Amino acid sequence: MNIHEYQAKKLLHFFGVKVTRGSKASSPEEARLKAKEIGSENWVVKAQVHAGGRGKAGGIKFAKSLDEVFEKSEKMLGMTLKTHQTVGAGKIVRKLYIQEAIDIEREYYLGIVLDRRHEMPVIMASTAGCMDIETVAAETPEKIIKVGVDPITGLKGYHLRKLGYGLKLTNAEMKEFNKIMIPLFEAYQKTDASLIEINPLVLKPDGEFIALDAKLNFDDNALFRHPEIAAMRDEAEEDAAELEAGKYGLSYVKLDGNVGCIVNGAGLAMSTMDIIKLEGGEPANFLDVGGNASAETVARGFELILRDKNVKAILVNIFGGIVRCDRIANGILEAKRQIDVQVPVIVRLDGTNAVEAGEILKQANIRQILIAADLQDGAKKAVQSAEGVSA
Amino acid sequence: MSILVHKESRVVVQGFTGKEGTFHAQKCIDYGTNIVAGVTPGKGGQCHLGKPVYNTVEEAVLSTKANVSMIFVPPAYAADAILEAADAGIELIVCITEGIPVQDIMYAKKYIKSKGSVLIGPNCPGIITAGEAKIGIMPGFVFKPGRIGVISKSGTLTYEAANQVVLAGMGISTAVGIGGDPIIGTDFIDLLKLFEADDATDGIVMIGEIGGELEIRAAEYIKEHVTKPVAAFIAGQTAPKGKRMGHAGAIIAGSKGTAQEKITALQEAGEKVAMSPARIGSTIAELMKKSNSQ
Repeated sequence: MNIHEYQAKKLLHFFGVKVTRGSKASSPEEARLKAKEIGSENWVVKAQVHAGGRGKAGGIKFAKSLDEVFEKSEKMLGMTLKTHQTVGAGKIVRKLYIQEAIDIEREYYLGIVLDRRHEMPVIMASTAGCMDIETVAAETPEKIIKVGVDPITGLKGYHLRKLGYGLKLTNAEMKEFNKIMIPLFEAYQKTDASLIEINPLVLKPDGEFIALDAKLNFDDNALFRHPEIAAMRDEAEEDAAELEAGKYGLSYVKLDGNVGCIVNGAGLAMSTMDIIKLEGGEPANFLDVGGNASAETVARGFELILRDKNVKAILVNIFGGIVRCDRIANGILEAKRQIDVQVPVIVRLDGTNAVEAGEILKQANIRQILIAADLQDGAKKAVQSAEGVSA
Repeated sequence: MSILVHKESRVVVQGFTGKEGTFHAQKCIDYGTNIVAGVTPGKGGQCHLGKPVYNTVEEAVLSTKANVSMIFVPPAYAADAILEAADAGIELIVCITEGIPVQDIMYAKKYIKSKGSVLIGPNCPGIITAGEAKIGIMPGFVFKPGRIGVISKSGTLTYEAANQVVLAGMGISTAVGIGGDPIIGTDFIDLLKLFEADDATDGIVMIGEIGGELEIRAAEYIKEHVTKPVAAFIAGQTAPKGKRMGHAGAIIAGSKGTAQEKITALQEAGEKVAMSPARIGSTIAELMKKSNSQ
């Protein structure tokens, strides 16, 4: 789960990380009011969307007066922000963060993320602040200092020294740096974060470090023990169909093709997308109805997929293990009765009670339902059907 | 032989009396798995599915000499269950539970290693030695006995692959679902090592997916240490970047962990990769034919 910068800063501040003073605003009037409260002479108006690269896309603006805060906020609210991290048309700006402008001596990058290879958190720091870290990693990997923190030791002095010397900080600067690093690491662990990024971390002329930006992602599996973080979820930032799928216990990702697919199991669902592509088509989605697929979940799957008007055919691919295929076949027929399914449905059922399932579908004798012999046949028929409809 | 589990494995089920635990434990018993006990705190002394129930794993081990555990405990308590099993001296812990916080597994894995226990999963279908023992949620009938070992990150795709192996005229020695989480107890390399040494296994099917780099390290390992034929398949060639594809670990982070990167690594190591999920069975069949004729 992602949260906004204003939420991330509040949370980090709670752990003792020094962050810039600022407030959330949802209207130009509110923005002006908040700016006045902050009491600086210069401000920064920042779009609050779940995507990086806001600056280049026009989502971060400086303001030298309260009127300018108002004016810039008015322009930014409601605009669609398209950055290198957004998909499709971009993201609509619904909230702003009004922040004091600060003097900058130097800028750094600081991040904490799970290192899957070494199975521990890794702190990444770089003097290439404000730059896209992926670019730095690709072009000048030597500029990134990586320090893995074994959960057995926790964050110790030597980790901090490695970071400090790596960043070529003076002894005095190191002391200040640790004041940010220690609570930041504590926040990472105690909130079950999966990623923290401070880009940039700023060294001010007075020698103090401060987080100018903050990005936090959390382990979805751990949200049950952090209700206060779960409450920060901004559903407007998420894909509506994906969100709804989650509520039904389905896992759905929309893609750009025209062949929809309903599959049980994540690996098989990805493979089904792959084979659609190999047969010359384009998958319209990833949809895993779960290992315990039922008639009900299959019907919900149809509903979700058919909302995408690009879909010209649907491939149902179920390998019944514990799930009985005859139940799925009845579920498909039930879904057909409940929902207006206008596109061809290609059904491939294998595993437990597959023969009975085939009989059920054959007897129902619905012209739009095509039975596939195996995975390859199913993909082929689905791609052909989709082409037939669109031609 | 076979790897990890066999007829003599003595299995204790943690989360025995719950809905999932009951349903799947019964299926395992029907398959012939030697389930000797169950554990549900607060229900010690009862009898469930004809097996004794204990409050703790330690009691179950002392009374029944259980050496394998199968875990169906809900995600919030699953890491606790893993630690308890390791502490009680269980050698092989199979954790089916999906949705465990990654930090919990990170700590648990370090601890069980110090105890010498092996963890399969979490978020996996389990492990089956065809015709001997099924410790997990897979449909037993698909896995006809034979001499092909299967290692997979996925559940239903494993059944699909096993089915294809059987349709191609072969069978399964042991199949292991290693799970789709970012941190898992046992990875491809651990199992490749076991299959290479197993005299009941002649060839190996390896099924990976996007996310992480376990497959890339497995490719390096195969090149150096595995002499038996290996057929691989990597799911997610069409997966978009930055989106979690069902499994918590199945995500392309930045430009890392793509299917193409893994396929290339395997091919460069000289392995045969099935490009289509419908060709997993035929790919291993061709390799076996070639190796038999040599």
